[in-house]
Amino acid sequence: MPNVSDNDITNILVAGIGGQGVMTAAEILAQTALAQGYDVKKTEVAGMAQRGGVVTSHVRFGQRVLSPAIPPGEADILVGFEPAEALRWCSHLRPGGVAMVSTTRQAPPVVNLGLFDYPDDPVAEMQARGIDVHAFDAGAIARDLGNFRLVNTVMLGAISRYLPFSPEILKAQILDRFRARKPKLVEINEKAFEAGRKAAEADS
Amino acid sequence: MSGNEAVALGAWTAGCRVAAAYPGTPSTEILEYASQHRDMYTEWSINEKVSLEVAIGASLAGSRALCAMKHVGLNVASDALMTQTLVGVKGGLVIAVADDVGLSSSQNEQDSRHWGRFAHVPVLEPADAQEAHDMTITAFDLSERFGTPVILRLTTRVCHVKGVVVPAGERQEHVLPGGFEKNPARLVMTPANARHRIPLMYQREEELRRYSGECELNRITEGDDRRIGFVASGPAFMHVREAFPDAPVLKLGLSHPAPMEQIRQLAGQVEQLVVVEEVEPILETEIKAAGIDVVGKEILPRIGELAPHVLRPAIAGLLGEPVTEEPATAPAAPPAKAPEVKLDPATGIQVFPRPPTMCVACPHLGIYYCLSKIKNTSISGDIGCYTLGAGEPWNALDTTICMGASMGVALGLDKGRTEEDRDKKIIAVIGDSTFMHMGMQGLLDITYNRGNVTILLLDNRAVGMTGGQFNPASGRDIHGEEAMQVDFRRICEALGVKSERIHEVNPYELPVLFKALREEIKIPEPSVIITNQPCVLVEFYGARPALTVDAEKCTGCGNCLDVGCPAIFVTRRETVVKPNGKEKELAFVDIDTAACTGCDLCPRTCGPDAIVPLEGFSRQ
Repeated sequence: MPNVSDNDITNILVAGIGGQGVMTAAEILAQTALAQGYDVKKTEVAGMAQRGGVVTSHVRFGQRVLSPAIPPGEADILVGFEPAEALRWCSHLRPGGVAMVSTTRQAPPVVNLGLFDYPDDPVAEMQARGIDVHAFDAGAIARDLGNFRLVNTVMLGAISRYLPFSPEILKAQILDRFRARKPKLVEINEKAFEAGRKAAEADS
Repeated sequence: MSGNEAVALGAWTAGCRVAAAYPGTPSTEILEYASQHRDMYTEWSINEKVSLEVAIGASLAGSRALCAMKHVGLNVASDALMTQTLVGVKGGLVIAVADDVGLSSSQNEQDSRHWGRFAHVPVLEPADAQEAHDMTITAFDLSERFGTPVILRLTTRVCHVKGVVVPAGERQEHVLPGGFEKNPARLVMTPANARHRIPLMYQREEELRRYSGECELNRITEGDDRRIGFVASGPAFMHVREAFPDAPVLKLGLSHPAPMEQIRQLAGQVEQLVVVEEVEPILETEIKAAGIDVVGKEILPRIGELAPHVLRPAIAGLLGEPVTEEPATAPAAPPAKAPEVKLDPATGIQVFPRPPTMCVACPHLGIYYCLSKIKNTSISGDIGCYTLGAGEPWNALDTTICMGASMGVALGLDKGRTEEDRDKKIIAVIGDSTFMHMGMQGLLDITYNRGNVTILLLDNRAVGMTGGQFNPASGRDIHGEEAMQVDFRRICEALGVKSERIHEVNPYELPVLFKALREEIKIPEPSVIITNQPCVLVEFYGARPALTVDAEKCTGCGNCLDVGCPAIFVTRRETVVKPNGKEKELAFVDIDTAACTGCDLCPRTCGPDAIVPLEGFSRQ
C-alpha cells in the first residue's frame, strides 16, 4: 500500500473536468492533512477551468513542502473523475502509485462533433502501462443515491484507505464541512463516502 | 489560504483603507477576499487604470491603498503609473500585479517586473502564500518610507496556491495626518513641475538600491554544494530549493533594485552562478551588465512555468552529468481539427483535447450559432467567454487582441478593406464588461468616423470569464448590494448610434436574433444588437425544467450539435446513402438532463421537434 514517497511528501493528483468538484475534493484533502499537522500546498489552474476544460488539482503534504506542483512521475495517488482524464494524467504517477478512476465518461463537444475519438478503453490502457488501476462507476453510485454531485464524496471514500491517516479522519472532515454549510446533506454524504470505500475494496 | 487571500489579509492587517480592482485571472480573488473586510472600502472598478487612479487618490488623501490586476491590466493602468512615480505617495500605495505565467487564461505572457525598471519603483516578489501576506504588509511600509508606489509581483503559482499562513495579527489603524495636502508643484504634473520631480525619482531609486543590499528581503540560504549557486525570485526559489536542497541560494524578495554586491559575493563563493527567474531574463541581463559571470536562459526555458523537473535536467547538463529523460509536465493537446489525435511523444499517451467550452445554456450559444450560419463576414472579437466563439463548432470569431479592441479593429477592417473584401460584412462582438472597460471609446470612434460595423453587445450582466463578478450591468456592487444599473441603449445612443439602429434581443429567441442580424449587416452604418439574458453563473439566472430527446423522432441530422451546448451528446452514429448516391453521416443525440437548464435554445434548431420537456422532471 503506498503511503509516503521517499522524501516523506504525499502527492495526490486530482484530475477531471471543470465543474466536477475536482477542486473541492482537493480542498478537502488539503484541509484534512492540515488538521493532521502536516505542511500542505495545493494548487491548480483555475480561470478557464470552469468552462468544461481539463482541470487538475495538486495536493502535497508532509513535513515541509516547497514547490507546489507534483513533478511528473511522483504522484502517489491519481484520483481520476473521468476515465479519459485519468489516462491523460497517468504518467504523473510514480512507479507503484495507485490510480482511482471513475468510469463515468464525459465526452467534450469536440468528440460529439466527430472531430476526435474517445479512447476505446482508457482503464485498460492504463493497466497495459502497468499501473495499479482501481476503476468503478462513481457516477452511477452518485445517481443511485439521488445526486450526481456526490461523485466527489464517493471518490474521496474510494481513496480513503490509501492515505497516511485513517479513513475515519477524512470522513469526519467531509461531514463537518457539510454540517457547517449544508446540514441536510450530511447523511447522504456519509452514505456516498461508504459506498465509494466499498466500491474500491470490491475492485481490488 | 491562497496567495490571493493572503494579499487581501495582509492589506487589511496593514491598515489599508481603499482597495480597487478590475477582475482578471489570476488576480481576481484578491478583491473578492478584500471585500469581506467591511472596515475597508472595496470596489470593482470599471478598468485597471481607474482602479489605480482611485488608489492614487486615496493615497494622496492619507490612506493606505491597494489596487490589484492581472499583468495585462497594468498595461492599461500604466499611463497612471508612469506619472504617479513622479508624484509619489502619501499613504502607502501597493499595486498587486499577477502574471499569468503559462497563459492559463490570457492573451499573452508578460513579465510585470519590467514595469519596476520602467517606472523606477520597487518590485517585491513573494514565493508563496505566507510571503504574499508578509510582503503585502512590508510593501505598505516601504511605500511610505521611500514615498513610492510599490509593485507586488505575483504569479499564478502564488495566487492560486494554497498553503499554511500564519497571520500577523490585528489590523493596524493607520492614517497619515493632515488629510489631502494641496501642493501643485508636486501634484500637478505640468512639464515645469514634472521636470523637477525626475531627479527625485532617481534619487529615491538609489536609496532603494542601497536598502536592497541591506534588507532582510534579500537573503542567502547557505548550502554545502558549491558547484552551483543560485539567484532566484518568486516561486522559482521554491523550485530551486526542492530540486537542489544543498546548493546556496540568494533569494530576492526585493528584486528591483537588485542587490548587485550580494550577487557578486555569491558568484565569488561558487563555481558557477545560475539565475532562475520567471519568465524573462531581466535579472540575468542586469547581472551580466554588472560584469558578473552568470548562466540563465541559455539553459532554462524563456516561456511558461518553471518547476523542479524543469530545473534538474538543465542543471545536470550544465554540470556535465547524464541527463535523465523526465516526462513532460502536461500532455500537449493537439490543435483542434487535427484529423486524429497525435501521440504525446514524451508520454506515449493518446487522448483527445478538451478545450474550454461555453457553459450549458450560455446565452452566447445562440449568438455564435447565428454567426456561424452567416457567410461573408469578418468578425472582430474581444476578451471574455465569447472569445470561445473562435472554437468548435462555431469558428465564428476572427480576431482577439486586447480589452475593447473589437471596436477599433472592426473600424479598421472597414476603412482598410480592399477590393477583394468589398462586400464583406464587418461585425464586432463584445461583452458588457469589456464594453464598459475599454469598448465605449471605440464605439464613439466608429460613429464619429462613419464606420460600417454591426456590433453585438453581449450583455450577460456580469464579468463571466472570471466567475461572474458584478459590474454596472448587474446593478449590484462588489458586496452584491443594489447599485445603479447601466442602460446600454442610452449609452449607445449618446455615443452616436441612431435609435432605430439599436435592438435589444433575447439571445435564446433564435429567429428574432437571426432576423435582426441579417437586417443590420445590410445597412451601411453603425448598428448595435444588445442581447439581454444573464450569465448562467450569476445568482439571478433562473433555470427551467430540463429537456430531453425523443429518440423516435430524432433523425440524426446533427443540427443541434451546431449550437455547441455541452449538455448535448451523441448516442450513436450511422452512415446512410442518400438517393443521389452521396454518403451522409448521421449523429443521434441525447441531452444530459442533470446539466440541462431548459434554456429552450436547441429545440429551435430541431426540425422534427424531437427535443421535448422531460416528463416528471424535478431539480435537485
